[in-house]
Amino acid sequence: MTSAGGPSLELRGISKRFAGVAALTDVDFALRPGEVHGLVGENGAGKSTLMKIIAGVHAEYEGELRLDGRPVRFRSARDARDAGIGMVHQELSTVPELSVAENVLLGAQPLNRLGLVSWRRMRTQAQQQLATLGIDVDPTLPVGSLPLGLQQMVELARVLLSGARILILDEPTSALSPPEVERLFALLARLRETGRSTVFISHFLDDVLLVSDEVTVFRNGRRVETARAAEIGKPWLIERMIGAGHGRLEESYTGEIAMQERAETPVVLDAQHLAVPGLFEDVSLEVRAGEVLGIYGFMGSGQLELARALSGKLRLGAGAVRVDGRPARLRGGTPAAKRAGIAFVPESRRAMLFALEPVYRNISIAILERIGRILLHPRVERRIADALVRRLGVRPPLVDRPVGQLSGGNQQKVALARWLTHLPRVLLLSEPTRGMDVGAKDDVVRIVRGLRAEGIGIVVVSSEPETVLSLADRILVMRRGAVAREFVGEAVSKDRLLAAA
Amino acid sequence: MTAPADAVLPPRESLLERLRGQLRNLAPLATLVALVALFGALSPSFATLANLGNVLQQVSITAIIAVGLTFVILCSEIDLSVASVANATGILVAFLTVQDASVNIANLPLPGALAILAGFAGCLALGAITAFGVTQIGIPSFIMTLAMLQIGNGICALLVRGQIAYSVPPLVNTLGSGSLGPVPWIVIVAAVVLLIGHLVLTYTRFGRYVYMVGGNREAAEHSGVGVAAIVGAALMVSALCSGLAGMLGVAYFGSAQQNQFDNYLLDAISAVVVGGTSLFGGQGGIGNTIVGLLVLGVLNNGLDHVRMDSFLKILIRGLVLLLALVVNVYAQRLRTRQRLTA
Repeated sequence: MTSAGGPSLELRGISKRFAGVAALTDVDFALRPGEVHGLVGENGAGKSTLMKIIAGVHAEYEGELRLDGRPVRFRSARDARDAGIGMVHQELSTVPELSVAENVLLGAQPLNRLGLVSWRRMRTQAQQQLATLGIDVDPTLPVGSLPLGLQQMVELARVLLSGARILILDEPTSALSPPEVERLFALLARLRETGRSTVFISHFLDDVLLVSDEVTVFRNGRRVETARAAEIGKPWLIERMIGAGHGRLEESYTGEIAMQERAETPVVLDAQHLAVPGLFEDVSLEVRAGEVLGIYGFMGSGQLELARALSGKLRLGAGAVRVDGRPARLRGGTPAAKRAGIAFVPESRRAMLFALEPVYRNISIAILERIGRILLHPRVERRIADALVRRLGVRPPLVDRPVGQLSGGNQQKVALARWLTHLPRVLLLSEPTRGMDVGAKDDVVRIVRGLRAEGIGIVVVSSEPETVLSLADRILVMRRGAVAREFVGEAVSKDRLLAAA
Repeated sequence: MTAPADAVLPPRESLLERLRGQLRNLAPLATLVALVALFGALSPSFATLANLGNVLQQVSITAIIAVGLTFVILCSEIDLSVASVANATGILVAFLTVQDASVNIANLPLPGALAILAGFAGCLALGAITAFGVTQIGIPSFIMTLAMLQIGNGICALLVRGQIAYSVPPLVNTLGSGSLGPVPWIVIVAAVVLLIGHLVLTYTRFGRYVYMVGGNREAAEHSGVGVAAIVGAALMVSALCSGLAGMLGVAYFGSAQQNQFDNYLLDAISAVVVGGTSLFGGQGGIGNTIVGLLVLGVLNNGLDHVRMDSFLKILIRGLVLLLALVVNVYAQRLRTRQRLTA
């Protein structure tokens, strides 16, 4: 199928523009058979755009795409799939309600003589396919009941079964626990032996270096450099990704961070014996004024749900929450939490912003009752928003622009700005820097530090060690719905954090 | 996920892009202008001041119902009980009014003011039940209001038992069928209700919350907005408007009987949607609803002025509604291109 030694996939001079803005400029890229090729770069560097061109999602572009030496042009995702290109997105496309077997054989169910689905053959075929990937899971279980790592394996099995020779994995490890990452890497090694090639896109540079044969760095829509993974290190990658030295964040990737002692200031948030059945049990925590408490855990450890419960969005099964010593009646939902002084910024920007509404309305939504009990005062809203947008460096600083037109980092600033005019007593931040580039992350770190200096209590929950390390004064590690360890007044590194989770 | 480079934005929107962004508002307006021009050219009796009065009078009851429905649809909910609640309220008020001796209904006459108050209390009670079912029990509004549609019909049936009542309190009679000079009171009432609806949606905190809840319910919740209270209030507003339309409708029609409002459910929904208020919530408003009302009113009225098979009219109305739905969904897709990158 492939000419010996020649690349199985080759891109020449690819350029792509969105509404006049260059997303990719003159990119060359080659993928050899049996190769794992890492792709790194900040958000907006062009990785995803390039992969979407390969996967047939973007049909309009300049340049040439060659598959096994022949020029091709995919008109649709289906075209690309038929040509043997399989993409696994960060957000999995498995159907949670269907069984493992149904998911693996989605669209290719074996039929019996009557033309009906043969459940028995479906189960055995699925089991065989999973076994070749080294996965042993009951094929009759609904996929939604499996841990995320296994769900991903199911999706991979489906993509491979549909005949993919070239696999594109977008951030495959971001939600996986270390054993799950190991299993994925073992699987990629196996695929390499069968001559299949993999493009591995990730922010987790350690993972990229570990699993890839070659690594390509993107910056501002251009390919910066390609190198053999064995010959480079993380600093080499970071240098090329951002093009210049940078501060605190690099530390948090590599070095040790000193945790603070418990603050002497009054307790603002006091939560005792919190539980939501099935999600977390008997979690107690305290946050003091002017303190940032980080709560770290792998996906599914319960830390995101804990924040949700504290915000009034998720009903607590047990436990008591006090803010400034007064009981917070969280049964009344988010309005009650807000009255008690608790504000929440969820992990998904989709869940906190009104994409079609202008920036100023996205900011004023949380303080409308303070601006006027019955009537609106758009001029006051705009003035408040304008000041915040300038203070936080939102670009462009235009408060009448629909917020959906801003980039991810700027959207996050708008979401934070919502709580800055009338400070809450407790601010809960869920994954505050997820999916952001280094510059935007630094901005968020700066904003959170500013808020801490104002004396509010801040809780940062995340499944990214870097996020917690770069923001927290003190860290709680959660494992399987319970607090596993606390880091206070000692040095923490990413390794120790991972080891504790 | 991340298409263009971070912090880089497309240059200013071009005129074409801006027009496309306004498709939701421009398409209904263009339709209205085209229909007026068409019927004006086809029939000399259409474009007259007297006929304008007819059109306005014909859409007045629909308008009052559509105001409440606009609130509900902006919240991305639906209220299928509007016509039924209107019918029940109208019949309740008639039931509480002294009827002519020939009317064979075992009614409970009350003073006019009390009958009117009871009418409002009645429709608000029905709205409160709907609101409770949707926001507290969690029944989808589509199903909950379907049940309320039946309940309203049941109340009508029990009160009039197949009979027809004619009398309503004098105030209702005046507003429903009287005129102030050349202008029918019902047109004035409809205009006032539209105006109040517009002011509430545009200038009050409640109105803003309605838009935000419809635009992104989860985000509203995370901002500390009491989503259940807003949705519940919108359903109550809808019931109140329906009740008012129901009372005045009895006077307008000159009688209170079962099923007399049945066409108004479809008309009111059509008016809101044809006007361009998003079926998905969060976009649109009373301005859109007014245009939608006029499009429907002109269409109904204009088709009477041109020589046409009257049975074909029903089909034409259906096609216009379908076209409006296509434009509505298409406009939504255009706007959603600016979706969040999260």
